[in-house]
Amino acid sequence: MKQKKFNKKRLHKILNNWELYLMLLPAVLYIILFVYKPMYGIQIAFRDFQFKDGITGSRWVGFDQFRRLFNSYWFPIILKNTLTISILNLLLSFPLPIIFALAANELRNEKVKRTLQTVSYAPHFISMVVMCGMVVMFTSPSSGIINKAIEFFGGEAIAFMQKPEMFKWVFVLSGIWQGTGWSSIIYFSALAAVDKSLLEAAEIDGASRLQRILYINLPTIVPTISIQIVLAVGRLMSLGQEKVLLLQTSPNLNGSEIIATYVYKVGLEQYSYSFSTAAGLFNSLCNCILLITANTITKKITKQGLW
Amino acid sequence: MKRKKISVENLVMDTSIAVILLILVLITLYPVWYVVVASFTDSTELARNPGLLLWPEEFDAGAYRMVFKNPLLMGAFKNTFIILVTALPINIVLTLLCGYFMACPGMYWKKIITAIIMFTMFFNGGLIPGYLNIRDLGLYNSLWALILPGALSVYNAIICKTAIEAVPDSLRESAYIDGANDIQIIFKIILPLIKPTMAVLLLYYGVAHWNSWFNASLYIKDSLKLPVQNIMRSILLANDTLGGQGGDDYNAYAETIKYAAIVITTTPIMCIYPFLQKYFAKGVMIGAVKG
Repeated sequence: MKQKKFNKKRLHKILNNWELYLMLLPAVLYIILFVYKPMYGIQIAFRDFQFKDGITGSRWVGFDQFRRLFNSYWFPIILKNTLTISILNLLLSFPLPIIFALAANELRNEKVKRTLQTVSYAPHFISMVVMCGMVVMFTSPSSGIINKAIEFFGGEAIAFMQKPEMFKWVFVLSGIWQGTGWSSIIYFSALAAVDKSLLEAAEIDGASRLQRILYINLPTIVPTISIQIVLAVGRLMSLGQEKVLLLQTSPNLNGSEIIATYVYKVGLEQYSYSFSTAAGLFNSLCNCILLITANTITKKITKQGLW
Repeated sequence: MKRKKISVENLVMDTSIAVILLILVLITLYPVWYVVVASFTDSTELARNPGLLLWPEEFDAGAYRMVFKNPLLMGAFKNTFIILVTALPINIVLTLLCGYFMACPGMYWKKIITAIIMFTMFFNGGLIPGYLNIRDLGLYNSLWALILPGALSVYNAIICKTAIEAVPDSLRESAYIDGANDIQIIFKIILPLIKPTMAVLLLYYGVAHWNSWFNASLYIKDSLKLPVQNIMRSILLANDTLGGQGGDDYNAYAETIKYAAIVITTTPIMCIYPFLQKYFAKGVMIGAVKG
């Protein structure tokens, strides 16, 4: 009886706000059609998908596609490349935005500081295609400015894009060029929270600039830094295919093929839909596990997680 | 004595900070400057030995004329423009409605609906199921395949939600009492108050559409329907001569045309973002905590 009354009250409240629910409908419809409906399609990873049979009509093969993936020639290579590129990226691109923010924060002239930030954001807004095009042109062994510089200093031109062992450096360094300024925003805002009176007191007490940075500014942003580290670790396996596809050449394939690009190739170039979906699912599951772990750790240290 | 030591230390520190920042600015700006100068340089000059290219020795805008004469690229601009004009209103309205719902206190099912929406940030169907879905919905080879799949960014909806939450609740309640409905509240009360945030979101969506190429490479078969970045990809990375638009006139500019195309496609965004810069921090802060 009590339950029924409660339900009636609930229904009444929903009916009262029916406009709001109606307004949400387009968004929910979008999510169902374009996000959840594809998730339903993941089942082809466990089937042998054929166009004529459709998703549910294709033969069920269990974990066969995954077995094939783990035993394939490319699996160790793509796993290694995905991890190598991600970890190198994390190690090299993580500290720079922090150093940049700490250094730029010392500028007293607000106008100069703001201009500097504007300049540093610019590469972020350059499209991936254009950025990769610039990388290819600049590293060209015959006319690229980078090789011109190497030759000027007496070195020999390097065919950066043709060498598998060079790929990760090209990928990570170009990423640093594009992302450092943008990633520093969060540290700039964290630095805005530094107590000004503390800085003044330290100055009166005779603390040098370096001491103020190391003992006041840096500790203030340490919580932000730790969250960022955990999140970055959580994203280790989520290396997307876009940039790699643009920079990939057939000679550097051994150093540039990652899980995401492999998914793209077997799926859309060799039409092994089920196999490709299985490889993609493996990648997303690794992502999820890493992210959940990262989130649990963030929650422990900051009492604030993603969910 | 100690004071003096500190002032020396500070001088060293100031100099090294200035040097670090100067180097960073140079590294950031030089490639951009190089592209701009190269686009105005004479092709033969560029092929010879351009060196540092600090200033175009012989100013030549021929490459730009070639780019603007190219029908494929001009058609691509039109396609991208159509995408922007159609997609942006959809993006903004969906984001606003979704953000408003998530920000409204005391709604039934809010928790579960929010969870369903948030879950999509961490997991999705993946490449092939998404591709099959587009074919299944009959969007293959249509510009809608580039507009609808990205209709709502959950990340942006959360930024919007946070902005709406900062609007005092009493404003909404008094409007309710005065007989306003939710639509009126959103567009007449909330929207004017969160204008800066929405402007930034408009920029984020706009940049995403302008710079995207991957979906078009999956879903568009007809090269006349391709957006700008896909044409840029064939110019820059596949050394495509713009769909057989060869001829001596074209070949003379083959290298410089790449640079001119970069300048043309990148300038619009470069002119807009500095104006919204001061609002960036907010969105990024939220994004950092919410993933």
